[in-house]
Amino acid sequence: MSQLGQVAGILGKLNNEYQTTTPKKLKLIDAYLVYVLLTGIVQFAYCLLVGTFPFNSFLSGFISTVGCFILGASLRIQLNKANQSTFNVSPERAFADFVFAHVILHLVVVNFIG
Amino acid sequence: MAAKVTTNQSSIKDDSELTANDPELQTNVSSKKRLSSSSNMLATSSLISPTGLTSLISFIVLTCAYISGFMSRLFSVIRFESIIHEFDPWFNYRSTAYMTENGFYNFLNWFDELAWYPLGRIVGGTIYPGLMVTSGVIHWFLHMINIPIHIREICVFLAPFFSGLTALATYLFTKELWSRRAGLFAAAFIAIAPGYSSRSVAGSYDNEGIAIFALMFTYFLWIRSVKTGSVFWSSCTALSYFYMVSAWGGYVFIINLIPVHVFVLIVLRRYSLRLYVSYSIFYILGLILSMQIPFVGFQPVRTSEHMLAAGVFALLQAYAFIDYLYTKIPRAADIKQLFFGLIMIVGLIVFAAVVVLTYAGYIAPWSGRFYSLWDTNYAKIHIPIIASVSEHQPTTWTSFFFDLHLLICLFPVGAWFCIKELTDERVFIVLYAVFASYFAGVMIRLMLTLTPCVCVLAAIALSKTLDYYADTETSDMSTSPVVPTNDGDGDDTESDKNNRNLYDKAGKPKPIPGRRGTPGTNPEAEEDTSIVSSNIKTVVVICIAMMLMLFAVHCTWVTSNAYSSPSIVLASYNNDGSRYIIDDFREAYYWLRKNTPERARVMSWWDYGYQIAGMGNRTVLVDNNTWNNSHIALVGKAMSSNETEAYKIMTMLDVDYVLVIFGGMIGYSGDDINKFLWMVRIAEGEHPKDIREQDYFTENGEFRVDRTGSPVLLNCLMYKLCYYRFGELQTDFRSPPGFDRTRHVEIGNKNFDLQHVEEAYTTEHWIVRIYKVKKLANRLQAKNALRQVQRRKSIYSTTKKVAGQARKQGVILNKPQIKKGTKISKRKT
Repeated sequence: MSQLGQVAGILGKLNNEYQTTTPKKLKLIDAYLVYVLLTGIVQFAYCLLVGTFPFNSFLSGFISTVGCFILGASLRIQLNKANQSTFNVSPERAFADFVFAHVILHLVVVNFIG
Repeated sequence: MAAKVTTNQSSIKDDSELTANDPELQTNVSSKKRLSSSSNMLATSSLISPTGLTSLISFIVLTCAYISGFMSRLFSVIRFESIIHEFDPWFNYRSTAYMTENGFYNFLNWFDELAWYPLGRIVGGTIYPGLMVTSGVIHWFLHMINIPIHIREICVFLAPFFSGLTALATYLFTKELWSRRAGLFAAAFIAIAPGYSSRSVAGSYDNEGIAIFALMFTYFLWIRSVKTGSVFWSSCTALSYFYMVSAWGGYVFIINLIPVHVFVLIVLRRYSLRLYVSYSIFYILGLILSMQIPFVGFQPVRTSEHMLAAGVFALLQAYAFIDYLYTKIPRAADIKQLFFGLIMIVGLIVFAAVVVLTYAGYIAPWSGRFYSLWDTNYAKIHIPIIASVSEHQPTTWTSFFFDLHLLICLFPVGAWFCIKELTDERVFIVLYAVFASYFAGVMIRLMLTLTPCVCVLAAIALSKTLDYYADTETSDMSTSPVVPTNDGDGDDTESDKNNRNLYDKAGKPKPIPGRRGTPGTNPEAEEDTSIVSSNIKTVVVICIAMMLMLFAVHCTWVTSNAYSSPSIVLASYNNDGSRYIIDDFREAYYWLRKNTPERARVMSWWDYGYQIAGMGNRTVLVDNNTWNNSHIALVGKAMSSNETEAYKIMTMLDVDYVLVIFGGMIGYSGDDINKFLWMVRIAEGEHPKDIREQDYFTENGEFRVDRTGSPVLLNCLMYKLCYYRFGELQTDFRSPPGFDRTRHVEIGNKNFDLQHVEEAYTTEHWIVRIYKVKKLANRLQAKNALRQVQRRKSIYSTTKKVAGQARKQGVILNKPQIKKGTKISKRKT
């Protein structure tokens, strides 16, 4: 029971710290990431229920969500001031790279969706 | 001094390029001052700035590497002509020609009726199109700017062209790993190393020619993205990986080595956010890009070979998430335990999931080609076709030295240096070395993947050695206190530079600032290094230079003698040294092209399928693609059975012509009789009741074609087709007629006749023999050879002999009695 209490306490602390310390820009990106995650889960559940018939379409859509999630997470990491020492990219450069990768991703997704 | 420093701020920024982008070095301002001070002296003494000189030398060395790599691959073009070599390149050439004539979409959807006679081949879905597309693009571009080069020339010279680009990619890769100087060495090594040039001579138009370039370029981009953590470089890595997937089936090596690198970095506690960003983006973009190639299809999510990448991806996501949470929580010791426990659990879950899915059938197990790398006996028992290819045999010790000469000796030294001064990217090269060494030991063909790694590590070893020994100026400094430098590679600068400025001799050429370096990691050694005087250092440098010259000579010799044969044109040398060309293959294929009906089907062993289809333009039954083992086994059975049985198979397969290669007249050892046992084994695999390998050996277990050979062998179709009329031929007055020069025996079954085939064409040196399959005879041969005529009994002779009645001469027997006045009675007979 104390374990559960401990875990609950940790989660509460996490939540508190998250709400207070993260800047608004990063929270926006986090909301976007949650949305993309939900889309991915919905697609996967649909595939499990209905079957994989146009497998390339399913793969294309699912990988699109995973790709958007990864790219959003990378953007968040690069914009985070705390990580300034590991990456030395300006926010504009980070966003430009984000757009570049997205262009490639969506071109391939549209080609693969069939 | 200070004034000079401030005026040289720009050169400081340029000089940072020289020290391999190492961020820690930029904080070492004091060393920069010394760098700039001496470089300033150079700047004022000559017109060329040190960075300019460095760039110029790099450019010149790389250009020389490109040119020498290109030139050393041109031996066969100079000696013979610009022709496509061997077997596989003929198919690639035919596909490329098809693409340039019919356009890209028709090429992707091409169904080839000329191959695998009754079945055909879906070319678009069973090849890696990168090679053809590359040649096609170059062809289109050149024609667009009105340089009309024929597609054959582009195909022949594509591999040497790309070998120069491989040298560039290796330079960039090594520059990321170590330093620019090591990069130049690596570029020079890979340009001429026989291990690589063996598969990329002019005329060898095969996937490996461009695949090694794509491999090194992908690895360079991967290392770049791990070092910077940039999304841009990761996306470029994914695009280069896409090019590699389109080029060669060996892309599996990349998609397994990079996850192993990530996993080992995690295990070594070197996880960083840069790693997360670079691997995640590379994996996702690379995954969906690789599935665009029709031949690869859905394999990246369905086969075991790709599961390691997916597993590491999942593990990395979990690790990053837990690491993020960990940063949010104030530090606590037990949380750390929880953290690692969680990671282990996630890893185990991922692994278990992959195993369960494999057993459930959702994920295909390792395919035969890759499983045989792990279990080397597997192919010999289960897939004899894979085992029969000569390139798939295990590597001998001598071939390591033959293909790599000096580099294989320097290779462990370089690996040791990388381990000693370990960074994230050097973990990669060490892993590459370990795995490539294993694979090169398993199969000769995979020496090719070992060669770039060996070149890089040997270059590192040599560069580090020469950093010390080629620097003959700091040798007489002894007492200056050592400033321990904090960078790992040989690019350090020393407090000795201070003394150097005082001791400079007038007129002595300054070394390039980048090349200055002494091993700064070991303070005790500093005092010892003063013992080695500049004379000894010069001697060592001269010895190393001589070894490198020997290396260059060896590489050129090996490329010229061993790897430049076009195999479609043979050359032998007469007693006076003049060259004698044996062009039988092309003679035979051209005869086929001109003298047979257009839809004729040719049966031969699968080695020659691509050449017959490419040069003869006729339909073949089996070719080098070897995708249908049963079909090949049928052909093998036809070749191994006696003529009547073989005729049944040939009529079933609807064959018009049979082609065999026979080397007995001139001593050519690559002929079908030498390959015959593989035909038997492959046929036995599918038809074990009809064909038994033991039948073809003598009682002692030898394979002989002379009188002591087994009768099954002496009567099989292959034997008869090869040795038809050979018994009449006496090649040399010292040997009996029918003496096989390849097997060095007199053949056992001579002067036989062929029943169901007839000889159509035999080339000048009897190397290629073509037979036409006769249709069924109209009339079956009667049982009795002579006609028996049924005669009626003659009235003048009786079969009965009247007892006792003597046959007197002149007596007429049974003379009719004539009674005057009565009618003659009717004859009773």
